Amino acid sequence: MDFALSEEQRMLQDSIDRFLESGCPLTRVREVAEAGDSRADDVWQELTNLGVHGVLIDEDYGGVGLGLLEAALIAEALGAAAAPVPFVASAIMAPVALAKAGSAGQKETWLPRLAAGEIVAGVGVTEQIGRRESNGISAANGKLSGKAMFVLDAAEADLLVIASDDGALHLVDPRASGVNRTKLKTIDRTRVVAEVVLDGAEAEVLPGSVGNREPLLSTIDVGRIVLAADTLGAAQVMVDKAVDYAKERRQFNRVIGSFQAVKHMCAEMAAELEPCRSLIWYSAHAYSAIPEEGRLMACHAKAHLSEVGKFVARKSTEVHGGMGITDLLGLHYWFKRIGFNRQLLGAPERVREEAARLQEWV
Amino acid sequence: MDLEYSPEHRAFRDEVRAFLDANRDKAPNVRNPTPGQPNSAKAWQQLLIGHGYAARTIPREYGGYGAEPDILKTRIIAEEFAAARVPPGNSGDNRLVPTVLELGTEEQKRWLVPPSVRGEMSWCQGYSEPGSGSDLASLSTKAELDGDEWVINGQKIWTSGAQNADMMFCLVRTEPDAPKHNGISYLVFSMDTPGIDVRPLVTMTGDAFFNEVFFTDVRVPKDQIIGKRGEGWFVANTTLRYERGGLGDSNEAETRFNRIVDIMQRETVGGERLIDNPIYRDRLLKLQGQILAMKFNGMRVLSHNIKGEDAGLPRWIVKLNGCELNHQMAGLAIDVLGELGLLYDGSPYLRDAGFWQARYMLDLGLIIGGGTAQIQKNMIGERALGLPKEPKVDETRARAATA
Repeated sequence: MDFALSEEQRMLQDSIDRFLESGCPLTRVREVAEAGDSRADDVWQELTNLGVHGVLIDEDYGGVGLGLLEAALIAEALGAAAAPVPFVASAIMAPVALAKAGSAGQKETWLPRLAAGEIVAGVGVTEQIGRRESNGISAANGKLSGKAMFVLDAAEADLLVIASDDGALHLVDPRASGVNRTKLKTIDRTRVVAEVVLDGAEAEVLPGSVGNREPLLSTIDVGRIVLAADTLGAAQVMVDKAVDYAKERRQFNRVIGSFQAVKHMCAEMAAELEPCRSLIWYSAHAYSAIPEEGRLMACHAKAHLSEVGKFVARKSTEVHGGMGITDLLGLHYWFKRIGFNRQLLGAPERVREEAARLQEWV
Repeated sequence: MDLEYSPEHRAFRDEVRAFLDANRDKAPNVRNPTPGQPNSAKAWQQLLIGHGYAARTIPREYGGYGAEPDILKTRIIAEEFAAARVPPGNSGDNRLVPTVLELGTEEQKRWLVPPSVRGEMSWCQGYSEPGSGSDLASLSTKAELDGDEWVINGQKIWTSGAQNADMMFCLVRTEPDAPKHNGISYLVFSMDTPGIDVRPLVTMTGDAFFNEVFFTDVRVPKDQIIGKRGEGWFVANTTLRYERGGLGDSNEAETRFNRIVDIMQRETVGGERLIDNPIYRDRLLKLQGQILAMKFNGMRVLSHNIKGEDAGLPRWIVKLNGCELNHQMAGLAIDVLGELGLLYDGSPYLRDAGFWQARYMLDLGLIIGGGTAQIQKNMIGERALGLPKEPKVDETRARAATA
């Protein structure tokens, strides 16, 4: 019995952290955000060398075949750096969809290319969680029609994984005829979402997902855990920055961290966030090791981290006083990243409702 | 990440279960003691010590079982007794006994530990005073040496169990001219000593769990001091450490949570199950997420402890978060019960024997007691996050200002 990270896991964490510190500083994040780019290609390519793209992909397909806990540790590091990279869709959700439901040929074709960082995949499952307006995707005779919104990391993706209304998952070439994608600007400039309109677009169904919602649900589970882990990393940075600021900033001839009003805000943030780390570790571990608990834990990780992330984002900004809301300080990149993670793949109230259904309370 | 228990620990769990199956009928009924069997609790304690399920790591020469410390085995015992709803044994007093074992003289260990472990010597803690709560080190109950005896005068408050205790461990000021932390000594004495007056302190629950204890020329032999004269503050911190370790048990939180789920599935208002109300349900699920996070945090702390490491921040937050969660759970249970949640004191229609109202009030007390939530936040801020302390108010000036 040891509820702790292994030596290898800590080394993985360190190597990603160290790379991001030099390879993806706030100045680089700012460049991408201000230019309106879809991603920091240099950072994303460099992460290939660290095995990030293939973290969940089987070694037979050129990946490193690690577990979701390792993926969560990477997500935490990316959240801490507010890294503008398509990790959630391209390295986590799409590979899981392919691994769970793809044919041998589909896996053979796509997984090695995803692992090598040759292509980026976007994932559209929002309609399966919270359908807006008349959105939805119908599938007939190998063609898809309809509209999917908030397709994650899709803006410049080379491959799309789209869920149709019946829960089946399909591969779509975003450059094929009948596919129209429009980038949707969100508050978070470090990740991209798009609206994808399909008009009889050619699609290839993942056969394992026909008449079986499990692959779709697993794809959502891993997405939720990884978004929650991203929030953990972003929120931890916000706590650390607040504590550092409280130790430096002087008013009334004292550092403000010596005032209980400020000290207690810092303590409350730490007290709320620290247990979240254990919740993420457990959820990610459960997904592979205790499958009967995996889905419920994914819901709780997503919902709880969203709540704590929101609390920390607000309090940390307050500790920074007026500087907290300036662009100059850049704290808002993490604030917005946490906001993005909260709404995508189900806001906390909706996810908790799913948790209630999973436990057959309703 | 390894959540499996080793074969040794799995075997140990089986052993505890087998013991409980075979012996549970010998356990004393805590709520309704059997008349004519006044010693059943002591006999039970003795049986548990014999099997290593109580006083497990206390050396044999002091009446314990004498096992090597194994945090996981201690945990397994606690879990299995709780799951079987069988009253667990104890280690005498989890504050006094470890302190005496760590800092007492050989003579003191032999005098105090064996009867405490057997359940023949019970303890109360004389720390807080009307003028010294969070600022405990400012305490003013004084003890002056007169020949071979300490003469104690002053008052303690929040003394739980004082009306039934055989003995008190008590902080007194023995060096009035020393800086406040260095002027305190740690004395132990019988509650039958002349000059001790125990007055019950009724709290909002209606019970008198706590007391006020008054000392008028209470004479205690000089050698009934643990540690050196003037070092009582540091002796007490040993004790406080053990007390804090015991608060905020996440297994208990989970059990309590499941009881609320039961209520919400069972009770109806206007024909609708409570759990079918989306707002109540969302509160329930929010709490579940928090409880799970604290449960896993507890596993993380435990894993550090097993390896002899200080868990740091994950440990510092346990009291604050654990007590708060318990209070919120009781609050939810009362809210979902609505008018029925108000019933108390054996009223008809009372649910769960009034447990939730009692807990709601008691848990608020626990948020305050044993280091208030605000003191906890100071400790988290200062010790875990490294934020600076509040600037010290000059003590002479402060005294002049309040004089």
